[in-house]
Amino acid sequence: MKTLNCPLNGPRNITEFAYGGEVEQMPAPDAGAHDWAAYVFIEKNTLGVVREWWIHLPTSYWFIAERNTESNEVVATYPADEIFTEKTEFTSDG
Amino acid sequence: MPFGLLKYGLNRRYPKDPLYGKPKSLKPSYDVVIIGAGGHGLAAAYYLAKDYGITDIAVLDKGYLAGGNTARNTAIIRSNYLTPEGVQFYDESVRLYQGLSKDLDFNILYSERGHLTLAHTDAAIRTARWRAEVNKHLGVNSELIFPDRIAELCPELSLAEDVRYPILGALYHAPGAIARHDAVAWTYARAAAALGVEIHTETEVTGIQIENGRAVGVETKAGNISCGRVLQAVAGMSSVVAKMAGLELPIRSIPLQACVTEPVKPFLDPIIVSGSLHVYVSQSDRGELVMGGSVDPYPLYSTRSTLEFKEELMMHMLELFPFIGNLRVLRQWAGIADMTPDFSPVMGATPVENYYIDSGWGTWGFKATPVCGKRMAESVATGIVPDVLLPFALERFFRFEQVGERGAASVGH
Repeated sequence: MKTLNCPLNGPRNITEFAYGGEVEQMPAPDAGAHDWAAYVFIEKNTLGVVREWWIHLPTSYWFIAERNTESNEVVATYPADEIFTEKTEFTSDG
Repeated sequence: MPFGLLKYGLNRRYPKDPLYGKPKSLKPSYDVVIIGAGGHGLAAAYYLAKDYGITDIAVLDKGYLAGGNTARNTAIIRSNYLTPEGVQFYDESVRLYQGLSKDLDFNILYSERGHLTLAHTDAAIRTARWRAEVNKHLGVNSELIFPDRIAELCPELSLAEDVRYPILGALYHAPGAIARHDAVAWTYARAAAALGVEIHTETEVTGIQIENGRAVGVETKAGNISCGRVLQAVAGMSSVVAKMAGLELPIRSIPLQACVTEPVKPFLDPIIVSGSLHVYVSQSDRGELVMGGSVDPYPLYSTRSTLEFKEELMMHMLELFPFIGNLRVLRQWAGIADMTPDFSPVMGATPVENYYIDSGWGTWGFKATPVCGKRMAESVATGIVPDVLLPFALERFFRFEQVGERGAASVGH
């Protein structure tokens, strides 16, 4: 069985994980319907090495994996805070 | 005929099947270029030639004829969908399929078996009833049945109540059928070639030439071609090819796996599907059980097979048919499915003028082959996308008008 190296829990069976989509730049909260529709529905669906969100389900731990979508080889896994250094603020009054 | 059989039966050189003539070299220009020589692309080429008299067509494929998802599906044909858009579309497809062998003089081994979608929960019964009523309203033969009738239609099926997911009822769709999937592509290839369409396999497309927002040509490994219109029908690689035209699609490429067992005597007449258990099975004319499950849990462009797939599939199959435990799996394979967020295809015109797309088929492209070919041909020939395709336009995602089709077999309900 294929394993994935969780940054928090070490190597675990792939069935313990769920895929969360390619890492994409989130539009600004007020960017408009078109940009948000594109962000939510349109996929890069890249052929090659892709930076993706994954979650280890038993521990609800989200992290980043770099995976080759042609060979299914996982190049690297690391915590999300390595690439997300700033917190996105949403205002609740909008 | 008997003389030919005798002559070639004793001869080492059997004449090559003249399915679509000898490959010619590419011309510098065509009226229409179709990317993808699978069932959909070949059907579109045939209907363009037959219905609209457009015969200056090149069908290009990077591999061999119909070697993609046309060769990898489980060959089920039905029209018992949930949304009126889906039902009407597939009903037209079923009608075309029923007449295909006769119309094109090529036996596609169309075999009407009846199709049972099992329901294991109250929610599934409700969905089955809903689907049956939508189907009946649109003139499609579907009905909700209960275990007594299921036992008559498929006595081999285990209706035991002491299992994890007892069968409470089923949606019975009598016109459900299977056909030989390769033959569907071959018949369209032969008929299209007879009308003058050129089929170029092992001719990979490497780029789309666009001038002022209009597709004007296609770059291939065998040279560049200028053309009036382009149709892409490359399920699995839709995003990759669309990117050449500068388009991004709402599609994830996810493997869908299937397998067949060794052949056994005929025992299973209907096609059995369970959305809750994520399995579907039919017995082929050769006696093999053709089985499939849900799509893989994450996107991938590799057609590898996995142990997880087999384990999950067999766990549920044994609950339905406990006696197949000793059967061996003969072959296992995968196809790359175009999965969209609403499980419906993306078809029709694109923001690039003269560039048409046929994609997003998810787990059910085979059963749409004739109607999709016919309607895409209409779009390409007239430049007007017919009403039946309009709900499936790419722009629907930007208008928040998704087609909520949950009649798909291989996805959660």
